Amino acid sequence: MLRFIAKRVLEAIPTLFILITVSFFLMRFAPGNPFSAEIAMTPEVMANIEAKYGFDKPVHEQYFSYLGGLLQGDLGPSFKYKDFTVNELVAQAFPVSLKIGLLAFIVAVTFGVTFGTIAALRQNTWLDYTIMTGAMAGVVIPSFVLAPLLVLIFAIGLDWLPAGGWHNGATPYVVLPVIGMSLYYIASISRIMRGSMIEVLNANFIRTAKSKGLSTPYIIVRHALRPAILPVLSYLGPALVGIITGSVVIETIFGLPGIGQLFVNGALNRDYSMVLGLTILVGALTITFNAIVDILYAVVDPKIRYA
Amino acid sequence: MLPHLQLKRSRTWHIGPLLAALLALGGCGAPSDPSSETSKQTAVKLDPTKLAADQTLVRGGGSEPETLDPHKISGTPESAILRDLMETLVIASADGGVRPGVAESWETTDNQHYFFKIRESAKWSNGDPVTAEDFVYSWQRILDPKTASKYAWYLAAGKVKNAQDIVDGKQPPENLGVEAVDANTFKVSLEAPVPYFVSMLVHASTSPVHKGTVEQYGDQWTRVGNFVGNGAFRLTEWVVNERIEYVKNEHYWDADNVKLEKVRSLPIASPNAELKRYEAGEIDFTFEVPIEHINRLRKERADEVRTAPYIGTYYYEFNTTQPPFNDSRVRRALAYAIDREIMANKVMGRGEKPSFHLTPGIVTGFDAPATSWSQKTQAERVAKAKELLAEAGYNAQNPLKFSVLYNTNDNHKKVAVAITAMWKQTLGHVDVTLENQEWKTYLDTRANTDFDIARAGWIGDYNEPSTMLKLLLTDGGSNYSKYSNPKYDELFAKSAKELDLNKRAEYYAQAEEILAEDMPIAPIYQYVTQHMVKRHVGGYAPDPLDNYYSKDMWIIEH
Repeated sequence: MLRFIAKRVLEAIPTLFILITVSFFLMRFAPGNPFSAEIAMTPEVMANIEAKYGFDKPVHEQYFSYLGGLLQGDLGPSFKYKDFTVNELVAQAFPVSLKIGLLAFIVAVTFGVTFGTIAALRQNTWLDYTIMTGAMAGVVIPSFVLAPLLVLIFAIGLDWLPAGGWHNGATPYVVLPVIGMSLYYIASISRIMRGSMIEVLNANFIRTAKSKGLSTPYIIVRHALRPAILPVLSYLGPALVGIITGSVVIETIFGLPGIGQLFVNGALNRDYSMVLGLTILVGALTITFNAIVDILYAVVDPKIRYA
Repeated sequence: MLPHLQLKRSRTWHIGPLLAALLALGGCGAPSDPSSETSKQTAVKLDPTKLAADQTLVRGGGSEPETLDPHKISGTPESAILRDLMETLVIASADGGVRPGVAESWETTDNQHYFFKIRESAKWSNGDPVTAEDFVYSWQRILDPKTASKYAWYLAAGKVKNAQDIVDGKQPPENLGVEAVDANTFKVSLEAPVPYFVSMLVHASTSPVHKGTVEQYGDQWTRVGNFVGNGAFRLTEWVVNERIEYVKNEHYWDADNVKLEKVRSLPIASPNAELKRYEAGEIDFTFEVPIEHINRLRKERADEVRTAPYIGTYYYEFNTTQPPFNDSRVRRALAYAIDREIMANKVMGRGEKPSFHLTPGIVTGFDAPATSWSQKTQAERVAKAKELLAEAGYNAQNPLKFSVLYNTNDNHKKVAVAITAMWKQTLGHVDVTLENQEWKTYLDTRANTDFDIARAGWIGDYNEPSTMLKLLLTDGGSNYSKYSNPKYDELFAKSAKELDLNKRAEYYAQAEEILAEDMPIAPIYQYVTQHMVKRHVGGYAPDPLDNYYSKDMWIIEH
């Protein structure tokens, strides 16, 4: 197991390096720059600004000085939000996305696995159809439709919850974003769970268990759940990264100060250092969670053992 | 809520009915609710003289401010906050003029040397007195190349002595034509008389900064805890992309007359999200109003929709460097064929005015000239346009081919679709393609003059015609049409020297007449500013540049 982890870490380094390099130069190829604006600045003013941020140096020099900073954990200054560094902005925004994301993740897994299992057990009954139609709706209704609807109904119409804001993550402000974010994942997980559960329930070892006279709840929990959850697990790794690195739609609609807004604004404003910093963050998280999923696989499935 | 139950009972429901039901439910949510704000508020008459116990104003702030350093700002969201945290020498008044800010009075005998008397009672939020020295330091700082300010050109445009040379790095900042005659007298020397100089000083970039604080904290001086300002409010909280909060500054010279205790500015970039929070009662004052909701809002919340003319013009710029638009006949033909009544009233419809010149009619010191084309009826203009196009050699065999560039945005698209339809219908032989680009790409394309026609807009920095007309000078930085007419440049130079207000207005009118002949841009409409303002907000009174100050506002008991 230790060797496996060491191998994963060693693989991660070149992957990240390639990611950083490609992103760095791709950003520079995009038309415009962080300082282009409608009010054209005189060449002198533009030169002053470029000099301040080191843009007057050749691109390869900028690249190496960026890498140098990165090795010391410095993601550089934000070109858009001039009063902050990228480190500070990410440190402020990441906990927000993490909180919303983890809550949405827990809700999604709990309901997704439960609904999927129920649908599988009651296959081809009205309950199954209801859950699966709901899941289909959850998958196809985009969050930019769902979230404003939630606001219209629960904030403006019923006045039960606030329409937006963060307020340090106070409970009422978290409810609608978490619902808005988790519905899609509940839907996806329950669909995957149903499929794999049906497959497992038809397997020989379940039939054996039944013939031994074990009770259905015992069979489900003790025998069926573990193999049935494997496909869900491989889905959850990348899903978790997506979910905790913020949804720009949810954040924009609810006014949440998370990573998603920083990412999109960074790209729109050509805030090179911000986009790079977040790319590295998302890249590192993806690699980490994929590794964790692989390890969990080994724990859940005794057939898989890592050298 | 009923549709939900019905759906659950049905076995055969699909996405279509679900969506329809949800949309219907959402759509009728607000109006069908009997306790909605509007009906409650219209029932109760508010007494504007009665103050609410909680004097907190929650404001939509547009997008997240790029910075709170007044010398590094360039956009409106930043200015709106800095007008409250900092005070300039003079501030805007609702009638379009200026009123005393941190300077209680000012004098000039020649429009070239100005003496500002800074209030003895003026203090920074840490209790230090605001002095003439602070302004000397601040104005040198904005021009200093090390500050890398986007608005460094502004004081140079005001012709402050040596400002341009300092920006260019040819002289040190200490040589700027500013001087502290004594602790409370700030003297500004210009290179030439600029009669409207004082009106330029409303801009937030001319704010003072506290030297000790800037020197102690460097780039981090704007943080909560470090920030020292001389405005009516002082910064207490800043969560990027969520909120900026500031409370009444007890050291402010006029603190006794400031009624608001706290202002919360929420940087909500999406106008639709902002409106929802306004309708949910979480915001008192929006940054803008989404155009697609304006008709509904005018019905449901008529007295909350606040519209005011804005010193800004929406126009199409022609690339005058290459065919077909190096021919002024073609430019005029296209400009004439746009029905501005329809554009302003039907396509936009927020209160925009049809525009036949670059300078909006509301600018102080501008008398719109009666140019030949503005006096015609639309039918006459179209007839003339056809004539001009035929004259330029375009017909069924040789149609006029070009593309229209705009930055990706629903409103710009609407305008472009309407205008191109007008051209096709009225002129016949035109073959137009529409091209939209994301903002920064669009800026790049324009800067490289790589377009035929581009949509554009220009908002004034101060209330005087030169803020608009300088745009089309041969060496104007944002002259993306690459328009050049020595006569125009000469008139502009003459107007800058002219001290007589009427004469100057005449020059400006003549300049506009040259533009009407050359038509480097096709003006379309004059902008408006629009905010949703709750009835319990008192004292909202913007000037034509949408300058408003929280120190003038209060919350009415409701």
